[in-house]
Amino acid sequence: MRPVPFVSRIPPALALACACALAVAGEPAPIGLKAGAFDPPQAAAEFPDGVSATDGGALRLARYRGKVVLLVFGFTHCPAVCPTTLATLVEARRLLGADAVALQVVYVTVDPERDDLAHVRRYLAGFDPAFVGGTGQPQALALLRKRYGVSAQKLPAAGGGADYAMSHSTSIYLIDREGRLRALMPFGHSAADFAHDVRQLLALR
Amino acid sequence: MKTLRIVAVALVALAAAGLAWAAFAPPRVDSRDELFEIPKGTFARRMAGDKVEILPSRIDLTLGLNDHLLLRNLDDVPQQFGPVLVMPGQSFRLPFELASTYSFDCTAHASGQMTIVVAEAPATPWDRLLWRWNRMRMKIHA
Repeated sequence: MRPVPFVSRIPPALALACACALAVAGEPAPIGLKAGAFDPPQAAAEFPDGVSATDGGALRLARYRGKVVLLVFGFTHCPAVCPTTLATLVEARRLLGADAVALQVVYVTVDPERDDLAHVRRYLAGFDPAFVGGTGQPQALALLRKRYGVSAQKLPAAGGGADYAMSHSTSIYLIDREGRLRALMPFGHSAADFAHDVRQLLALR
Repeated sequence: MKTLRIVAVALVALAAAGLAWAAFAPPRVDSRDELFEIPKGTFARRMAGDKVEILPSRIDLTLGLNDHLLLRNLDDVPQQFGPVLVMPGQSFRLPFELASTYSFDCTAHASGQMTIVVAEAPATPWDRLLWRWNRMRMKIHA
């Protein structure tokens, strides 16, 4: 810490001397999840028509009732965030051991222009074949993003040309076995944090 | 004159005791929640052209003291806080466990970013003094 001139310490010191009574005491309330939690939890928004799943048929949250769903938004050309997130979730599943069967990772593209079903399926298979991907009509995907408050924006490549990147929300949505949106995990949390929260949600009655 | 001197000495002693307390007593708080509320009618005010800022563009938190960001939507419509969509009557509590600077996209701010700075708990007497001073300033300005 850089040295602070003595004179500049006087005002806070005097004020503090006169304000001791402002101090308060007490114990913090315990927080169950590592992720940010919604209170009260509400039903997670169902996927609109026009979003297809890499394991066949329309992608519907209701298909995964009874499992905890980790919902991720991203795109397969993502250079850093998506691969990191998906690798973290692979590790979280490993940490969960036998409980991993009660977890479903759902990865929905924000870039349907390049991410068709076959491409998303191949991409996810490189991480974990149990992951389910979603892609489909741009309007349907936009509606889905709106329902979850997800942002996504096309960014032209620096050098021009047809290539582009996508700027998108990086948080992961945690949906419980009853289909309620319970929490949101910001990017950067460890696999252990995900495993912890999934176990917490699996333990809910 | 003597009375004045006694009063002065007593005041100095009191100030010294207060300072010592502020520097050495471990900070404690009622709640680790740093609460931001969207009042009822916010959406209507925005629609009417009011510039309503709920979240500052920078939020300072301290581990172990106020390290839970609590967003509460008392309005009648869903509200977006950075990446979080909070439904009417719903709260969102985000705990932080690592001291760092977190940036979130937030369309509610002109910069398009919301920054949350999470600092380590004050460990030295001077850090505790500063923490209490800043805390008191925030309460006064709130």
